[in-house]
Amino acid sequence: MLSVPAKAALRSSATTTSALPKHALRSLTTSAATQAPPQDGQQQKRSMATVQDAPPVHRQRGLKDQDRIFQNLYGHHGTDLKSAQKYGDWHKTKEILDKGHDWLISEVKASGLRGRGGAGFPSGMKWSFMNFKDWEKDTKPRYLVINADEGEPGTCKDREIMRKDPHKLIEGCLIAGRAMNCTAAYIYIRGEFYHEATVLQRAIQEAYKAGLIGKNACNSGYDFDIYVHRGMGAYVCGEETSLIESLEGKPGKPRLKPPFPAAVGLFGCPSTVTNVETVAVAPTIIRRGASWFNSFGRERNAGTKLYCISGHVNSPCTVEEEMSIPLRELIDKHAGGVVGGWDNLKAIIPGGSSTPILPKSICDDQLMDFDALKDSQSGLGTAAVIVMDKSTDVVRAISRLSKFYHHESCGQCTPCREGSKWTEQIMRRFENGTARAREIDMMQELTKQVEGHTICALGEAFAWPIQGLIRHFRPELEARIAAHAQRAGGEALAGGWQHDAGKHGMLISPGQ
Amino acid sequence: MAPHRDTPENNLSIPFKFSQQNEKLIQEVLSRYPSQYKKAAVMPLLDLGQRQHGFTSISVMNEVARLLEMPPMRVYEVATFYTMYNRNPVGRFHVQCCTTTPCQLNGSDGIMKAIEEQLGIHHGETTPDKMFTFTEVECLGACANAPMVQINDDYYEDLTPETTKSLLKGLQEAAEKSGASGMAPGLPGDYGKDEVSGSSGRQEKAGGPGYAAQGASLPAPGPMSKRISCEPAHGLTSLTSEPPTGEQIMRKDGAF
Repeated sequence: MLSVPAKAALRSSATTTSALPKHALRSLTTSAATQAPPQDGQQQKRSMATVQDAPPVHRQRGLKDQDRIFQNLYGHHGTDLKSAQKYGDWHKTKEILDKGHDWLISEVKASGLRGRGGAGFPSGMKWSFMNFKDWEKDTKPRYLVINADEGEPGTCKDREIMRKDPHKLIEGCLIAGRAMNCTAAYIYIRGEFYHEATVLQRAIQEAYKAGLIGKNACNSGYDFDIYVHRGMGAYVCGEETSLIESLEGKPGKPRLKPPFPAAVGLFGCPSTVTNVETVAVAPTIIRRGASWFNSFGRERNAGTKLYCISGHVNSPCTVEEEMSIPLRELIDKHAGGVVGGWDNLKAIIPGGSSTPILPKSICDDQLMDFDALKDSQSGLGTAAVIVMDKSTDVVRAISRLSKFYHHESCGQCTPCREGSKWTEQIMRRFENGTARAREIDMMQELTKQVEGHTICALGEAFAWPIQGLIRHFRPELEARIAAHAQRAGGEALAGGWQHDAGKHGMLISPGQ
Repeated sequence: MAPHRDTPENNLSIPFKFSQQNEKLIQEVLSRYPSQYKKAAVMPLLDLGQRQHGFTSISVMNEVARLLEMPPMRVYEVATFYTMYNRNPVGRFHVQCCTTTPCQLNGSDGIMKAIEEQLGIHHGETTPDKMFTFTEVECLGACANAPMVQINDDYYEDLTPETTKSLLKGLQEAAEKSGASGMAPGLPGDYGKDEVSGSSGRQEKAGGPGYAAQGASLPAPGPMSKRISCEPAHGLTSLTSEPPTGEQIMRKDGAF
């Protein structure tokens, strides 16, 4: 809805300018709408007449050490069962399991936990899909699948959980499994994480030996098994259905949805695929209470989160902070600031490689949560902050990501297989300027054609960084093309040919 | 995605059988999956085969297909899809350098150059003594510790061109002193053999301990800088106080 002053302005302009032609009226009314005073000091960004939500309540209170979930993030104590128990893991797990699935799911729902794997889907709701009507009558096994195939460039949080806090993950599997009435959990860990898989496997064996999982887990009368499955180096297996395919011993090519995994998943049985962090925080949430978790961050973006800060910062690190922390505060407080000071910042990729890049002007007062980053036309993704200072060749950085996605496209559906190759080739030409200015628009169109037309989200994943680059760094692309034209004596022809290639006997398509 | 071509090292006439130790492991692996979905074990089995044989040859794939009662083509599909199956022989040390954006920002170009200078080969090649294979790979997921290389199963992080060269030199010397030959089966990592650092509070590099045997010593995997793992290099900014116990954090609303 338009705000009241905007409406008044619209009405007055409509009455006074009725003699004007229609397009003039439209331009007047839209300008009146955009000039409306911003609400509550919040910049009004939407110009369309959609329902305007009130800005979410922001509770930032500075996360204290006692409120951090991953106490062993820096490996200060051992990964064994005894150390884990000393610091709160497996404490009263039986009582938690005895509460039953409805209570557990309502608690997770109340905590406002959203999936930590990138999409940010509310976890409680996702878990409740497993307990559909008459699920008790279904005799099939039910699986919880943990997505530990962490491969998004910039992201290094699940690795830290698995190699330092494996018992948090195992206990999380048990509790999430209980909430969804699963019979077993498979942890699909990426193949390169050999040591992490070793630590995790050993922790699982410890838990079996102590009777915490397996038959009659924690004496609760509930049977639950956990298995580790190592992937073998395919980024696309981080997508839930291709992960299931891979776990079934097939090439990891995503399936069409529906049916969703909650209906037909792993081995044809009801399954849910969740990220490591989502599951690993669940026991602590339930132990400390949903309201504790919900007290961090803004409304609808509750909780604490592991942030991975890499790139041009003085001390790159992985750190647990509350949601909705300002981006600048996060970097200055934990990563020692941007190299050369905040003014030396050029751009930031806020949530792993597939989220669009943000220039400094937006980063200045950007909050790190799902909704705020979505409003800035980017995304929180996995909260992997990649910082680039002024020395960065930002075109090359994005071009390298295009190469990554070309390498990792599974080749199943055409828009992604062909599109990732084309975008990589064009991006490589943008890098040194052997392109035409109109190819920037072509590129934009190409990525728009891919977006939403692929089986899995890899299409969006390679389209968005490029769209972000064009949105915010178009002058840089144009300057590079112009510089090359000046160097070579003329603008390059489409496809990267030099302007005088035809004269040198090369067969250039007509119309160039 | 290259098709198989018979070579002297990789053809159908070279037999492959799993060792007795691996036979036992296979039984354990098979027990993880539902009995009617034996083929789910294809990835772990191919990995075992690769570790025993050194690379995933056509005979390894056929043996796995026989064991799991799968059509061989289904196994070939899997072996060609995943990048960690080396379908051609690799050297004793498989040096995989990450060059994706976070590493690139922190100077992976310099690491690539240092490796090329030290080994005298370009990426995608193997040294003539079959000791090193050098590959450029995509993101390995240690971005807060960029730039990094993976050598066999071990991550070496926080590299500079100098530490990269000394690391490779150390590996070369170790191989010479212990008389190891090139083109040997891929070494399993040795992290699992060591005991976990218990509640003693002993800080151990998160990548695992180093090796020292037969006069050769190797740096421990993990960050090559002073860091233990992913903490900020200039002092801790969080987790400086004693962690609370389970009793202390328990909710007070009487739910338990």
